[in-house]
Amino acid sequence: MQLAYYPGCSWETSGREYDLSARLAGGKLGLEFIEIKDWNCCGSSAGHSTSRLLATALAARNLALAEKMGLDLTAPCASCYQRLALARHDLLADGQLRKQVNRITGHTFHGNMRVRSILEVVASLGGEHIAARVVKPLRNLKVAAYYGCLLVRPRAVQVDDPENPQMMEKIMAVAGAEVLAWSHKTECCGTSLAMNNDQLALPLVAGILEAASLSGADCIVCACPLCHFNLDYRQKKVNRVLGTGYQLPVFYFTQLLGVALGLEPGRLGLFDHFVNTKPVLQLVS
Amino acid sequence: MNLSAPSNRECLIALVNNESGQQVEKCYQCGKCTAGCPVSYAFDLMPNQVIRLIQLGMKEQVLSCRSIWLCASCAVCTARCPRNIDLAAVMDSLRGMARREGVAATGRGHNVFLFNKNFLQSIKKYGRLFELATMLSFNLKSGRPFREADAGLAMLQRGKLKFSVTRTRGQAEVARIFERVAAVESGAGKCN
Ligand code: SF4
Ligand code: SF4
Repeated sequence: MQLAYYPGCSWETSGREYDLSARLAGGKLGLEFIEIKDWNCCGSSAGHSTSRLLATALAARNLALAEKMGLDLTAPCASCYQRLALARHDLLADGQLRKQVNRITGHTFHGNMRVRSILEVVASLGGEHIAARVVKPLRNLKVAAYYGCLLVRPRAVQVDDPENPQMMEKIMAVAGAEVLAWSHKTECCGTSLAMNNDQLALPLVAGILEAASLSGADCIVCACPLCHFNLDYRQKKVNRVLGTGYQLPVFYFTQLLGVALGLEPGRLGLFDHFVNTKPVLQLVS
Repeated sequence: MNLSAPSNRECLIALVNNESGQQVEKCYQCGKCTAGCPVSYAFDLMPNQVIRLIQLGMKEQVLSCRSIWLCASCAVCTARCPRNIDLAAVMDSLRGMARREGVAATGRGHNVFLFNKNFLQSIKKYGRLFELATMLSFNLKSGRPFREADAGLAMLQRGKLKFSVTRTRGQAEVARIFERVAAVESGAGKCN
């Protein structure tokens, strides 16, 4: 299956392991990602927090570029996914808005393409398709799947149930891991508040880590670079400020899936995280 | 008194509804949005109060509150509202209105405002986000130059820090998008 690929601005920096592992695991599963030439930033939370019209227009340019390729678009980052999918939704729902935005971007978007998160794309391949390619099942690994906000809200773009999604669980189970039921899979990690007001975001991160840890998880899997950064990098700060001792590695679901598909851990960026991932990875080797 | 002119109250409701695509009149103050909001503990006005004040036409109180800036856009309120109001979209619209009307964000809200501004400047300039430059400039302007310096160092060690950004060739087009949106918005409505 061919898809227009939207890497998002974190692809070379904070979200590098996600991009790497998505491309590699996708390749193993028969997904061909063709990068959208000349894509621009979706605006992220700064965009829609400043102007809804600006956010829609920034996203719309990318939608039009993908549409010209004749392909559906996929994005690994949950935030990019949500911005692009919401813009598509709004542009299809409102013909006046579409005309206005087409004038603003200088590209005509007709609405003949879909926006899909990588999570959804992989899940849509089906358990059998994935299982047939698993060469190294993730036995002995207990995972807490964390979705955060942007993949499951709002309703117009949700990829799964907003309170108890199961998509990532199904993929991880096919990959051989034990998936746990837990309470915080769609709680907010604080998003960019963690960057500009970290004191406000720490309790949110701490709550998620506590719940994952109480569930008995060896690690958390996620599908968003910002969630990843908040849960992984900020874990040390949570421990320091709140006197806790969490040591919970945080992976992208594409990384663990990649391991199960037989990809070499180093190529998946598994050792580039902040929390030491080695003890947990030993469980599966 | 001009009885045919819309009252301040009607004007504010119409403006917010038009911007956000919602109908704030539908809110019946059940408080479910507030119950689920992860940041309400730091808000000065609870999410349901924000909606109520719009219904009452209290523009100044709404646009000057800290909550609109600290809102994390998590959309829990939106997903759970029994009246189907997209409160996260309303919060977006209020931030946009505050900016256009020159109502300054204060305290922690000001950090959010600065952060967003820096972020968008990067996009306007490069077409994409230049993470490093954006964080450094935000740190300087918000008066904490060494904020998250340890993150920067750790990222550097992992080869995750880029000292340049891959400019998109569409950069000129992106800059034009900013200009055209600004031109449209300069004609956007206001209320007293
Ligand atoms: S959940 Fe909806 S109806 Fe209830 S108070 Fe909030 S906005 Fe109003
Ligand atoms: S979107 Fe904003 S107001 Fe709504 S629940 Fe999330 S943080 Fe609270």
